[in-house]
Amino acid sequence: MNHSKWKKTAGAAGSYLTAVLIGVVVIIPFLWMLSTSLKSKGALMQIPVQWIPEEPTLNSYRTVFSRFPLLKAIGNSFFITVSYTVITILSSSMAAFAITKIRFPFAEGVFKLYLASMMIPTQVTLIPLFVIMNRLGLIDTYPSVILPSVFRAFAVFMLVQQMRSIPDDFMEAARMDGAGILRIYGQIIMPLTGSAVATLTVTTFMESWNDYLWPLLMLSDKNKMTLTLALNSLNGQYGTEYNLLMAGSLISMIPIIVIYACAQKYFKAGLMSGGVKG
Amino acid sequence: MKKKKSLIQAVPFMLPSMLGMVIFSFLPIVISIVISLTDWNGLDKLNGETLGNSMVGLENYVRILQSEEFWAVLWHTVYYIILYIPLVLVMSLLVASILNRTMRGITVFRVLYYIPVLTSWVAASLIWKWVLSPQYGVINQLLGYIGITGPDWLTDKVWAMPAVVLASVWKDMGFYGLFLLSGLKAIDVGYYEASRVDGAGRVRQFFSITLPLLTPSLFFCVIMALINAFQLFPQIQIMTEGGPNGATQVMVERIYTYGFKYFKMGYAAAYSWILFVIIFVLTLIQMKLQKRWVHYES
Repeated sequence: MNHSKWKKTAGAAGSYLTAVLIGVVVIIPFLWMLSTSLKSKGALMQIPVQWIPEEPTLNSYRTVFSRFPLLKAIGNSFFITVSYTVITILSSSMAAFAITKIRFPFAEGVFKLYLASMMIPTQVTLIPLFVIMNRLGLIDTYPSVILPSVFRAFAVFMLVQQMRSIPDDFMEAARMDGAGILRIYGQIIMPLTGSAVATLTVTTFMESWNDYLWPLLMLSDKNKMTLTLALNSLNGQYGTEYNLLMAGSLISMIPIIVIYACAQKYFKAGLMSGGVKG
Repeated sequence: MKKKKSLIQAVPFMLPSMLGMVIFSFLPIVISIVISLTDWNGLDKLNGETLGNSMVGLENYVRILQSEEFWAVLWHTVYYIILYIPLVLVMSLLVASILNRTMRGITVFRVLYYIPVLTSWVAASLIWKWVLSPQYGVINQLLGYIGITGPDWLTDKVWAMPAVVLASVWKDMGFYGLFLLSGLKAIDVGYYEASRVDGAGRVRQFFSITLPLLTPSLFFCVIMALINAFQLFPQIQIMTEGGPNGATQVMVERIYTYGFKYFKMGYAAAYSWILFVIIFVLTLIQMKLQKRWVHYES
């Protein structure tokens, strides 16, 4: 083996080593979660620590489902997240379509309002929104968590940028063929915005699925809680029974990881589109 | 005539979103300003009369800025930033440069590094609470193997914030790492080839090519991390609840506690506007830098 070849091999080995080291740091907490979730209550607090449970058991999973309506929480999470995402996409794409393609008077001014409202951090509207939801009698109902999705400035912003790049020729051609405004929106513009919509779908889904503070303020009925709230409430009730908490955490991670595996490319695009962070 | 027609056409498309804007953004902003000028307790029915009676002017703002607690809270955030930003940048740079190499099986690592980003903060906080457990946690066990007695982490006044930082770096490095990766990919390979001809080594290349050309992305990461740092919440709420002894109290945690535990809505609203000012300034800086950043690429 000559010198440069050796150097190359050493370089690759070094890279692998670093990759594996970071990988170990990333994965240890997850393995610890998995290992803990398979332990009995007694094995949990044994010294020396059992890295691999000596008598692995699925009891924690059974217990966590029997003590908390976790299946219901999974259903709630799916219902809320899917509704939230669908409404976000529909409402925002309709607005973006009107702003970029119908070009009504003041369209630019309206768009500036969206940009300005992106400056306001959600914490500022927390208290008044609580007051409004209370007034509307919506506290502890699904709509209290779903309805705010109707206005998502960031989504409108992203879709406007995308739709601006679609040449008007497409619309003109469709109009010549006698297509109405609804058909132009649904069958011409939306399909052409496909990848941006897909990106927005996965990021919105992830945001809504993992959301914590707003659902925490809105939902207190055990049967209406989302998965993150269910976990939070398990933590409040069984704060020391980590085998249960770890089983719950693991269950809560599965859906989002499955979705990530199926739609990796859109997650990556979402990452680049401006810092939607979990 | 055409204008009128386009307006009529646009209304149904704009209506849901604009209605949402009024109800979920504009109206709340106005109400929030008004509440921040009162000492409304969150329980009395909110109407003109109760608001008028509880009007205290700018007192909430003055009291917050004069309280020792506020400056302590601000310091906790700054302390978090000082620890978090260098650590997360180094780790994400490592992640990015590893993922930028064409090696077999690198996809596996890319997916792996991204899993903490996908995990909800509630699950991640619970996992880390257990990882950091003084007696039974992984970290202190491992430290024990090399003869170090680990601290009590989350219940220790000195170590609670560093513990939160560790968890946050673990959760975020994949996010910033993948962001920086795209910055790396944008660097022209020609630079490296030219410098190799000139005999520059790996380390030299990193400091004289990679780092300078990556500064726009790095700046962007720092600003994003700063804004997020001021909005720290779920990990604090679940891992420490601001404790021990207030050592990890941060702004959003205070807003939540004052508003929804003590029902001091006016005080909490004023707190949220102070937070807004901080984030607003950071956002302005970001926009300035972003312009430079976009310009840089073209």
